Amino acid sequence: MFTRLVTSALFAGFVTGLIAALLQLVFVQPHLLHAELYESGQLAHAGAAGSPAHVPSEPFDIQRNGLSILFTALIYCGYALILVAIMSLSEDRGNRITPRQGLVWGVAGFIAVHFAPAVGLPPELPGSAAADVGLRQTWWFSTVAATALAGWLLAFGTSWRAWGAAIVLLAAPHVIGAPHPDTFTGTTPPELVGLFAGAALGVGLAAWVVLGILSAYFWKNSADA
Amino acid sequence: MTTVLAQINTKTATLLFTALLGLSVITFAGHIQAATLHDAAHDVRHATGFPCH
Repeated sequence: MFTRLVTSALFAGFVTGLIAALLQLVFVQPHLLHAELYESGQLAHAGAAGSPAHVPSEPFDIQRNGLSILFTALIYCGYALILVAIMSLSEDRGNRITPRQGLVWGVAGFIAVHFAPAVGLPPELPGSAAADVGLRQTWWFSTVAATALAGWLLAFGTSWRAWGAAIVLLAAPHVIGAPHPDTFTGTTPPELVGLFAGAALGVGLAAWVVLGILSAYFWKNSADA
Repeated sequence: MTTVLAQINTKTATLLFTALLGLSVITFAGHIQAATLHDAAHDVRHATGFPCH
């Protein structure tokens, strides 16, 4: 069973990671590189005077982007291991796992690990002011765990007690609030920050839909070794 | 009965272990702040919405 869990997760995670990396390089990375020009001081945003909305694209950095592809694949393999384990748990309780259902699992996963944390801590561009990284990571992990558990309770709960607990879990991280810095010192134009956050969330949704479908597909089509 | 219980426990342990393995991979690739790891995963951490720096 362990072999089946790991092989289906690795297949699904690795393929998703490659797709996610490609989407990130095309849609997210240009905003990130643009922002680094402000972080390093090569560009300065002067408010009303404006700054260029388009900068020449940088040559493809094989080492930097190669590492990005590798780490994206790693991260989605990690997510797939957790996703397939939870799918299998739900299957033991009578839920059928099909690729069509995997789509819903993928959207739920996106909400748990991208969207819910982004409500308090939107994807940050390099150079943004932020609170202590340890505090943000604690809030991030707590929010993901609470939202994922809420998703399970909403989907598989059968009583108002379960659904009520889900609503409390969904709201709690945002009522408590994410850690934010005392002062905002970002030098990047706000338009760029918005473009980056939107693109990062869009790519996250696309990747998670693929991850959900593929995880269900490989889990369904692999046999116990 | 004992065999059934043992099977259930093994299954739960396997699922838990698989999920923990996944969590370790996420923590390693996305959250540990060691300089080398941070630099290598920098762009992905920003693009994936992990808290970075």
